[in-house]
Amino acid sequence: MTAATAARPERWRPPSLFGSPGRRLAFWALVCAYLIWSLSTLNVDTARILAGLPRAWTILERMVPPDFSRWQLLLTGMVESIQIAIAATIVGAVLSVPLGIAAAANLSPRPLYLAARGFIVVGRTFHEVIIAIFFVKLFGFGPVAGLLTLAFSSAIFLGKMLAEDIENMKPGPVEAIRATGASFGQTFFYAVVPQVLVKTLGVLIYRLDSNLRHSTVIGIVGAGGIGQTLSASFTRYDFDFASAILLTIAAMVAFGEWFSDWARRRLR
Amino acid sequence: MTAHQQPPRGTAPARTYPDRWERYSPRERAVHWLWLGGIALAAAWSVSALDIEWAFFADAHEQAVDLVERMWPPRWSYLPRIVQPLIETLHIATLGTMIAVVFALPVAFLAARNTTWNQGTWLIGRAMLVLSRSINTVIWGLVFVAIFGPGPVAGICAVAARSVGFIAKLVAEAIEEVDAGQVEAVESTGATTLQVYGVAILPQILPVLIGTTIYRWDINVRESSVLGFVGAGGIGLLLYASINQFAWSQALVILIAILGIVIVSEVLSAYVRSRIV
Repeated sequence: MTAATAARPERWRPPSLFGSPGRRLAFWALVCAYLIWSLSTLNVDTARILAGLPRAWTILERMVPPDFSRWQLLLTGMVESIQIAIAATIVGAVLSVPLGIAAAANLSPRPLYLAARGFIVVGRTFHEVIIAIFFVKLFGFGPVAGLLTLAFSSAIFLGKMLAEDIENMKPGPVEAIRATGASFGQTFFYAVVPQVLVKTLGVLIYRLDSNLRHSTVIGIVGAGGIGQTLSASFTRYDFDFASAILLTIAAMVAFGEWFSDWARRRLR
Repeated sequence: MTAHQQPPRGTAPARTYPDRWERYSPRERAVHWLWLGGIALAAAWSVSALDIEWAFFADAHEQAVDLVERMWPPRWSYLPRIVQPLIETLHIATLGTMIAVVFALPVAFLAARNTTWNQGTWLIGRAMLVLSRSINTVIWGLVFVAIFGPGPVAGICAVAARSVGFIAKLVAEAIEEVDAGQVEAVESTGATTLQVYGVAILPQILPVLIGTTIYRWDINVRESSVLGFVGAGGIGLLLYASINQFAWSQALVILIAILGIVIVSEVLSAYVRSRIV
């Protein structure tokens, strides 16, 4: 009797998030081991970081009144970024249709399907900046490389989403249209397009938004847009102009995201 | 008297029907053409203003052939040199994500309407989300390289700075959708605010928190492969150097290695998330 009462804990404790105390211990031990391993291999230069902290303060101080006096340069770069994003989304959307059809298991023959899927997997892996380097090599410095980079990655992204939508559509309408003796093109326009159109438009608007984000970075490797101006201002220690650019980018991206959310909500 | 009356006989039908079936009415078709025209205008404006040098297109295919010739065969002997930078890339992604989670939790509580103190703190939380999310990881890299100098520390900070907003936004949405009954039950026992957060809210948002974190980690592996371009450590440093020295066969080895780690991390992340959810 007394043993049973003694076994009851004095205070209530919430159940552990990890399931059992052993698992919690194992989790934290793993985290600690990882931290020790990674920090020892990274050979972090502590002295350099400590020296950097006061410098961080001076950089922040020089950033604080953002310098909008060179607004023409800023505007040119921003407009170029927006143009790259719009053009890349349109070109990417056009290219994504054949890619999406080829990558849909229910519409395309097996070898073509496998080739298209492989292309999508490899293309999606590389960051836009890496792809931009190659287009800069092929087409020279400037916005064309940026446009082609984003068009390429948009085509892959949109193609993947389109292929998934086509695979998930209802087979009924397709069979019905086919039963009337329609050709492949007619089947596509009358049975597939109506089923995937709304979703695809939503994905397209989302991609326009993310192209806007990416178009601000690819300038770092010389592919046009505001990124070029930003990168130059950092190398020239023009921190007040850099902070003006950063604020403008943040404002534009926030507006783009708001617009994309609004437009996609209206679509539904 | 019935509601449905027969139409009077002998009169002609009110509407004439077309002989041929058409999918859209003329009005619908006009709207479609208007949309297409608008898109074409946007495309024309954005392409024309970019002042494209069409001469570059003329020799692009030669350049591509040249590039492939220089790349092939990949210089496999370079592989041992890139193992350490690859590990560094993974460390940047992992440590950055870990730091991001620590900061994202309080920011998420600040930015969720039902856990923030007042309108002012909510706005502060939202502003932090917007600022963190709207600046790309690579641009954060530029900022932190200016502060800490080149190296993996700048990369870790850049990854963390971008990921805080991503994780906090999704977690804040989860907090707003938490079951209010459990919160009230814990509150009615006289628990403090922190106890309510820890006992009633945290267990409910835990799957979202873990899932989002792992998803962000796999994005971060991809992002940290290019952080080296701005000097923020990782494999990107070597890739950029190889390309600048026109050592394309070396660059190909690095690209294949990046392909490997990104695909492995994506598969791993998808597997773990499917186990949790």
